[in-house]
Amino acid sequence: MRTSSHLVYLIALPLFSSALLLLLGRMADKWGHIFATLISASAFGVGISEFMEMHSHTGANRAATQKLFEWISVGNLKVDASLLLDQLSICFVLLITGVGTLIHIYSIAYMDHDKDRRRFFAYLNFFIAAMLLLVLGDSYLNLYVGWEGVGLASYLLIGFWNHNPTYAVAAKKAFIANRIGDVGLSLAIMICFTQFGAVSFDGVKAGASHASPAALTAIGAMLLLAAAGKSAQFPLQSWLGDAMAGPTPVSALIHAATMVTAGVYLITRSNFIFDASSTARILVVTVGVITLLFGAIVGTAKDDIKKALAASTMSQIGYMILATGLGPVGYAFAIMHLLTHGFFKAGMFLGAGSVMHGMDDEINMRKFGGLARLMPITAVTFGLGYLAILGVPPFAGFYSKDKIIETAFNQGGGKGIILGGAALLGAGITAFYMTRVVVLTFAGAKRWKDGSHPHESSVLMWGPMVVLAIGSIASGFLLSAGGALVNWLQPVVNASHAEGGKELMKPLVVSVLALGIVVLGAGYAIIKYRTVPEVAPENVSIFTKIARKDLYQDIFNDVVLVKPGTTLTAGLVATDHNVIDGAVRLVGWLISEVSDVLRKLQNGYVRTYALMMFVGVFIGALILWVVTA
Amino acid sequence: MDISNYLYLSVILFTIGALGVLIRRNAIVIFMCIELMLNASNLALVTFSRIHGNLDGQVASFFTMVVAACEVVVGLAIIVTIYRSRRSASVDDASLLKN
Amino acid sequence: MNLLTLTIVLPLLGVLGLVAVPRENTKAIKLLALASSVVTLISSLLMLTKYKFGVQGFQLVSSHSWFKVFNINYAVGIDGLALVLILLTTVLVPIVVVGGWNEAENGRWSVKTFYMLILILETFMVGVFAATDVFLFYVIFEAMLVPVYFLIGGYGRGERAAAALKFLLYSLFGGLLMLAAVIGLFVLSIKAGHGSFDVTALSHLKISHNTQNWLFLGFFIAFAIKAPLFPFHTWLPGAAKSATPGTSILVLGVLDKVGTYGMIRFCIALFPDAAKTFAPYIIVLSLISIIYGAFLAIGQKDLNSLIAFTSISHFGFIVLGIFAMTSQGLTGATLYMVNHGFSTAALFLVGGWMIERRKSTQVEDFGGLQRITPVMAWSFFIAGMSALALPGLSSFVSEFLVLVGTFTRYPLAAVIGTTGIVLAALYILILVQRTLHGPLQAGNEDTPDLNWREKFALAPVIVALVLLGFYPKPAIHVIDSATSQIMAAAQVTDPTPLAGK
Repeated sequence: MRTSSHLVYLIALPLFSSALLLLLGRMADKWGHIFATLISASAFGVGISEFMEMHSHTGANRAATQKLFEWISVGNLKVDASLLLDQLSICFVLLITGVGTLIHIYSIAYMDHDKDRRRFFAYLNFFIAAMLLLVLGDSYLNLYVGWEGVGLASYLLIGFWNHNPTYAVAAKKAFIANRIGDVGLSLAIMICFTQFGAVSFDGVKAGASHASPAALTAIGAMLLLAAAGKSAQFPLQSWLGDAMAGPTPVSALIHAATMVTAGVYLITRSNFIFDASSTARILVVTVGVITLLFGAIVGTAKDDIKKALAASTMSQIGYMILATGLGPVGYAFAIMHLLTHGFFKAGMFLGAGSVMHGMDDEINMRKFGGLARLMPITAVTFGLGYLAILGVPPFAGFYSKDKIIETAFNQGGGKGIILGGAALLGAGITAFYMTRVVVLTFAGAKRWKDGSHPHESSVLMWGPMVVLAIGSIASGFLLSAGGALVNWLQPVVNASHAEGGKELMKPLVVSVLALGIVVLGAGYAIIKYRTVPEVAPENVSIFTKIARKDLYQDIFNDVVLVKPGTTLTAGLVATDHNVIDGAVRLVGWLISEVSDVLRKLQNGYVRTYALMMFVGVFIGALILWVVTA
Repeated sequence: MDISNYLYLSVILFTIGALGVLIRRNAIVIFMCIELMLNASNLALVTFSRIHGNLDGQVASFFTMVVAACEVVVGLAIIVTIYRSRRSASVDDASLLKN
Repeated sequence: MNLLTLTIVLPLLGVLGLVAVPRENTKAIKLLALASSVVTLISSLLMLTKYKFGVQGFQLVSSHSWFKVFNINYAVGIDGLALVLILLTTVLVPIVVVGGWNEAENGRWSVKTFYMLILILETFMVGVFAATDVFLFYVIFEAMLVPVYFLIGGYGRGERAAAALKFLLYSLFGGLLMLAAVIGLFVLSIKAGHGSFDVTALSHLKISHNTQNWLFLGFFIAFAIKAPLFPFHTWLPGAAKSATPGTSILVLGVLDKVGTYGMIRFCIALFPDAAKTFAPYIIVLSLISIIYGAFLAIGQKDLNSLIAFTSISHFGFIVLGIFAMTSQGLTGATLYMVNHGFSTAALFLVGGWMIERRKSTQVEDFGGLQRITPVMAWSFFIAGMSALALPGLSSFVSEFLVLVGTFTRYPLAAVIGTTGIVLAALYILILVQRTLHGPLQAGNEDTPDLNWREKFALAPVIVALVLLGFYPKPAIHVIDSATSQIMAAAQVTDPTPLAGK
């Protein structure tokens, strides 16, 4: 392993820029957005040069480390602040800085009218720094710092317009759901330290082979909890839909392309834990399958274009989580889907933002319609992303999603059928709701009021969309040509030694099946949405009603967590005042009552005092006499 | 004469003094009763001195006299002051501590 | 003169100087108080340069006979533990003076008295951490109550007299138990041959387990009241509600640390066997404190008592780390004391300024401050983030160390303790949302943002929070040398990793 002295710039540049823009305040209003974008671009430049450098080396020398300083050292807990750039993290570095820079450019135009644009860019840069720390940390604890850092960035950006109480609540909800996941990560770190005396990836990897299965399963489960929080997976998924309160570029960058995929990174990074514990893998695939169906179902009922895309993100990450649970070969496919998804989903979100920009921030798809003629570039780029997510060959999703479905089937036996079947079903539902989004937005007759004037956005906005659309077309082919990504990641995830899964179906059969079901889903949507009422119809099937209510996730949380918590809090406040402080006040009251009785003896008559003195002397003498006698 | 008779006399004088303190209201009388008690104890001290054949008790009685003299000075001053302010020398009237 | 003694005496010199200033000249009084506390700070920083790392036992020691009959000495000295807490004190006092520049104006007594009390309190606070004589410690421990009583009772708001009295009675009750234990300890040392109050000599005493238990409880209850630990906490919210922000910072930031400091210095170092016996029960109490404090913080309507309850939760973490008796736990707990000092200081400072502007302590009276007073809102937000132990800020390091140290010995306790992480996010974010976010509440329209004096007071606190978060190594280095000695004295070692390498 080589050392590199440039890794720190990846994090330091955006962090510095963010701090600068926040500290300078209004002074930086004029140039802050340009500065932040340039910084992000230069981080991308550093990323590219690191990638070139890595590519020029071979074998173990591809990975590079940089030790910054000794962070915490107590007893046998030693954690350095040091960075690790290997084949896995470089994928993320390029995705984060690349897509990040595109979204910076897009936001220059999108946030043009906001007087706090500088602050927005400061947050974006802060997010980039935290996310890079997340993927570059060489230990779980360093990762944790980035992990909470992106949580904070997400909180700040969702609540960017926090003068609106709903948005402020959405931000809070996201942070708290993430915090529950963070507890999982911190517990995983604690178990690792107790078991192995180390929290670095290397240290844990070295110890993993000696650990008991129970410990490994516990670590795996806790890591999965962390991943569920960050990646909006079941059962911590409820925050993602509300997180759409943030400005749309944020949804594209954080809640589609990068941050929400951190869970996939975490599980892939911890492959040595999951490889050693089959129970943990079962948990992972279960969560993945539940979420991919859950998200897809929720997506079918959303009229809010951003929430529909958020549900889709949830579902697509479900695919990735599923893939990570499928054993060593799955990791590479998870990462591949993550990268392609980063392109097409970010592109579609930017497209949605462009539509909103042209439609005076309208988000209800029932009030769109027929926008393709007025916003051709947006429509085309969105359409390319749409084809990619559907998995239509030769677009990106075809290479990544079909591989996951195929690998799921290849698990063999009932498990393979269930997992593969669910993934296939998910693909069908995906086709339905994505087609619904496209039809409602771009096709059909216009349903907007005459007051609004939809128009194509400026080049600053459509430029990034075009780049991402090209990614949606080509990334799948490029990443899978000759097993490029699989081979590239092989040293990190050890995929080679466990290829032995028996092939249940030929890849071609899977592809044809998938394509067939996609056509079914898409076709049904096209037929169903030939006419669109402007208000969502009330007399719908029970399933639609359930889907509209997000499968009761919020109601469930409310009844199971929020209500009892509120009651408990009120009860404890009363208890504290009445019982615990009451006991203290009782002591005070008793003392004052006793004093009240004793006070009566002090009546002010000298002769009474004299009598008492005599009695006292008499008793004293009596005692003396008794004792001496 | 039996020497213990002096002790009996001292006990009788002390008891009279004590009862006087408890029963009488006039501050002057109470004051005189206290003097009576002090002198009763002086008598007892002198008697003990005689019984033991040393001078300790007599010395102690001198101390008592000195203290009693001081007490008279302070005590009478207080009584006179109270009388001046309240036109009464009854101790029951000076019950300011009550309540 | 010994540098440590000098640091203890310097604030008193300031008090003497204040006597000479006429009470109407409040500006001169404040400046003199500030100068005096800054000189003390410089003196304590000099101590840091004189401190030798890795040396066993106390340093900068100084001892003078006080009561020869009982072998009571004015004996002071510092180790890493005392040093960091003394530094915390000397850093916080000037900040309190600058931050609460006008808070003494509406008191029952003069501004002059206020600053005299503050400086006397500083002497006691430095002295209590420096004392190596148990009797001296006890005397200062009790004497500290006097200035605090007058600070709360004379300069607070609302039911300040009742709150001050409650604080005094609670503390006196604990102090009496401790006095009994101190005397018992002295008697034991006489029986062992040489009567002494010296803490190092006493730690070598052989005490039977049963006796240890009683003496331990005497000390522990006093410290648990001070800390405060559930169920001895009910004086704190009242005191915080009534006290001025500056007083609250000193009470919660420093004074309460005497409790947790005492647990390490006396409970564990002097009575290791009893500490091991009681550890599980105390850990249960500390877990209750963590969760209970957090829930009550969520339920509070008054800004000050909300902050007080978050502190009860944090003190639960500190005690948890102490009685886990691992190097991570002890070091983490000590670092936590320092970090909590800064983080509470930030919360009370900004909270105090918000209250001063709005003339209300009720959370519901605020709202939407982010848009009109961005700097104040950001300051409050950062203070809040530090209270919920966000990585990158100092409290994270200590909280993590406490939890990981606890996990190696009591996994279940650590798991329960982690719920505190989520609850902390709840109480802070609810507070942030109600005060800073949302539409602007009526009555806040003309709120001015922080002025330069306020920024100047707050800046060092925030710098400390960030610096200790990213680079806690120097602090850990200082503390670690002391805690490893205490662990060696108490004959406990860290659990070894379960899976061999």
